[in-house]
Amino acid sequence: MLQSLFASDFIENFPLFAIILCLLCAVISFVLSGSGARRLTYVLVSVGMGLNCSVLLHNLITGERFTYMMGHFPAPWGNEIAAGLLEPAFALLFGVVILCSVAAGKSRILLDVRADKQNFYYILVDLAQVAMFALCYTNDIFTGYVFIEICTLASCGLLMIREGGKPLVAATRYMIFNLIGSGMFLIGITLLYGVTGHLLFPQLQETAAAAWSSGMYHGVMVVSIGLTVSGLAIKSGLFPFHFWMPDTYGTATPSSSGILSGVISKGYIFLLIKIIYRVYGLDLFMETGIQNILFLFGIAGMIIGSVSAIRARTITKMTAFSSAAQIGYIFMGIGMGTREAMIAVFFHICAHAITKPVLFLAGGALIDASDGKRDFNALRGAAHRNPQAGFAFLCGSLSMIGFPIFTGFISKLYFALSAFAFPHKSMLVLLALAVSTILNVIYFMYVSVILYSGKTDPARRVGFRQQRTFTVAVFVLVLVNVAIGLHSQPLTSLFEAGLDLFLG
Amino acid sequence: MKKTFWQKLSAWHKGEFDFTLKTTDHVDPPIIHEYTGKEHTIQALSRKERAFSGALYNVLCVLFCLILIGVLLGAVVSLPPHGNAENPAVNEVMDRYVEEGMQETGAVNTVAGMILDYRAFDTLGESFVLFTAVCAVTILMKNTKRTAPDGTPLPMVVAPGIVDYSKDNIVKTVSRFLIPFIFVFGVYVLLNGHLSPGGGFSGGAILGSALILFSMVYGEDRAAAIFSERLIKTVVLVSLSFYAIAKSYSFFTGANHLHSIISQGIPGRILSAGLILPLNVAVGFVVCCTMYSFYMYFRRGRIQ
Amino acid sequence: MLTSFEDLWIHVAENYIVIVSIILFGIGFTMLLFSRNLLKKVVGLNIMDTGVYLLLVSMGYIDGRHAPIIADGITDAANYINPIPSGLVLTGIVVSVSVTAIMLSLIVRLYEKYHSLNLDEIYELRNKEENA
Repeated sequence: MLQSLFASDFIENFPLFAIILCLLCAVISFVLSGSGARRLTYVLVSVGMGLNCSVLLHNLITGERFTYMMGHFPAPWGNEIAAGLLEPAFALLFGVVILCSVAAGKSRILLDVRADKQNFYYILVDLAQVAMFALCYTNDIFTGYVFIEICTLASCGLLMIREGGKPLVAATRYMIFNLIGSGMFLIGITLLYGVTGHLLFPQLQETAAAAWSSGMYHGVMVVSIGLTVSGLAIKSGLFPFHFWMPDTYGTATPSSSGILSGVISKGYIFLLIKIIYRVYGLDLFMETGIQNILFLFGIAGMIIGSVSAIRARTITKMTAFSSAAQIGYIFMGIGMGTREAMIAVFFHICAHAITKPVLFLAGGALIDASDGKRDFNALRGAAHRNPQAGFAFLCGSLSMIGFPIFTGFISKLYFALSAFAFPHKSMLVLLALAVSTILNVIYFMYVSVILYSGKTDPARRVGFRQQRTFTVAVFVLVLVNVAIGLHSQPLTSLFEAGLDLFLG
Repeated sequence: MKKTFWQKLSAWHKGEFDFTLKTTDHVDPPIIHEYTGKEHTIQALSRKERAFSGALYNVLCVLFCLILIGVLLGAVVSLPPHGNAENPAVNEVMDRYVEEGMQETGAVNTVAGMILDYRAFDTLGESFVLFTAVCAVTILMKNTKRTAPDGTPLPMVVAPGIVDYSKDNIVKTVSRFLIPFIFVFGVYVLLNGHLSPGGGFSGGAILGSALILFSMVYGEDRAAAIFSERLIKTVVLVSLSFYAIAKSYSFFTGANHLHSIISQGIPGRILSAGLILPLNVAVGFVVCCTMYSFYMYFRRGRIQ
Repeated sequence: MLTSFEDLWIHVAENYIVIVSIILFGIGFTMLLFSRNLLKKVVGLNIMDTGVYLLLVSMGYIDGRHAPIIADGITDAANYINPIPSGLVLTGIVVSVSVTAIMLSLIVRLYEKYHSLNLDEIYELRNKEENA
């Protein structure tokens, strides 16, 4: 009964419904009050998650990819969206993370954002959500560009909506780096259009392969692939361009930091993986040699991000630099390009997306419990003052380090396993993993010990009652983290099946 | 007294000692804040270091840009020749847009047919880019306290050196004749988007410029009295909702192979091309309101 | 394929629009990265975008053909240029308008706060504010 319900073709409309609902929600929030906009966002993001979940179940039952015509015209003429298994899975993941981040940071949003601009925060959250759905589902490279821009502008808005000078400086920096990335991405797809004449992924893949094998356009294509990939890499904060991260994630309101680091950068990475697999094709991409550059920069990012995190003197900066290191892991996996490495990449995207918001949100709560001071001396004993946040931070740290029972462990395990199957450079990968893990342990354990060290006045203790939504939302993410860490097999087979569908 | 490692560690755990905080003997000379007059003794980098990192940044920047330009120029050499009808970009996609476009979309202007019917999802995204920008600019500029460096609030006045056009008789007289024409031209471009060059974005920009000229010449107060914030919000809300709902109807019917009630009409007539005309009008209103509110926010920080 | 220097020269002369657009992109990109003045960065951003749009429309252009607006009932595709890049540029322009508006409003706010347009100075003032 239920199976036949989810097998119906009507479910193929659901990605469109999710996108349009969030767009309408954003527009309607324009005239609502702050709390009205918040409630609308909660409801519609939940509905969007339900829709994505149905699409996922539908595709699991049918076991096929479907493409959905956006309008009356078929593939090379009209826009299209497509969904296999990975697309709804990641859309669902991003939805969950956005909802939990916003819910957990609610009280901070009320403090950080001016009362008459509260509804704009939720508009931007809705728009970021739309952009994430569209980046997951798009089957058209130019649609990808448009929604990348929505994503950039919305995340800039989420960043600077906090009052004060620092968020403005951070937003300016963030915008400049993102604009460089957008410009490179746009000129990359322009060059690709010049040699292929198509914009939709399936046709693009055919013509790109034909153009490559004709041998006439090697130069243009290598440059175009390089620019597209590096544009997205800059936007997601790969190593030499990670300087905006501490500023950005360190100054925004914790919900925004969580959304930006956990979801937005992963959206770009997911689009990048889609483009590599569905536009260039893995073989063509490997022939260009760009994957080696990504691999090296990924490893450099893993080490340098962690070293910067050790040197950081505030908890938010440290968490932000740790993001740079985790992005390095993901790009190292993309650079390896083997099937096992891609599974590890998907796990790591998952792990980072559900862990980093916990760290930012719990970090924000711990800072609040320490009179708003961010440096480590002031944070001494903060976990006694706010036990829920302290425990969440500890769980997040353990997951980032790769402690068993957490998702971070699974992704690192898969990275190590894929290294053995990776010829020539397996020692390099293993060494990088080892060094980076040790560095992770150093800074995360340093902070955790500080949080639990020293004594504190029981009067300053923040109880469960004062932060009910925060605790529930953060612990939902922690529980998801542990659940995936304990039962990774279903997700592994989902990712494997999804990757098979991806390759066609 | 030299402590052992364990003593240090336990001291650190108790919070009496922090080995990560460096103690430095060298202190930079105090620097007086240019605007607040306060003294600052802590500096992130010494001047020498800053000069070095600045120079390093510049050198790396120039190198990076030169390499990028060189690589791009190298790539362009193998690009298909410009203006050639045999290029890969001239393919069946373009043929259908041009040859069947008039029947399938009802638009004589192929570009309008393409962006509002064939590839309408992109354009839907594009109008939401504008909406995002409006939200972001509103957040930044709306009713922000403009303060002098010492913290005293600044009155919202026209800064010296900026010409106040409302006092200029020539500008006033010319604008009185010009504004209706700009307005009519904007409406023409808007309504003829499916027949001739133009459409929602260009028409909306022209309408917006008429509004901006009006508020420049007749004063923002008179403009604000006519185009209130409420009106602008309503127009944006209605237009964008209409856009999203109408387009999702067309996506839905198209994808499920349902019959759409929207007819294409006779190409070439003003009331033709199905949804393209109303969508152009909706986009035009959004763009017009966007441009006008950008101007007002930059000029005085509020629309009212 | 280009075999000799002469071929290359002819190719460059025929494709000067593409070369110009790449150079414009380069100028804008360098300004966006290199200039420390925020307003100049925005100008650079717009030059960069213009370069990309010029490249994009030049890819749709076909010698001797007309704008893609059906005239006199001629619907033969051999009569018109490629409409796709024109539509894409339209989208791109809207994006760049939005980005410019946001950047300018950020600059206005930064100037009100720090009374400087120089990014280095702003960083410095910001750091001092943080440490004070």
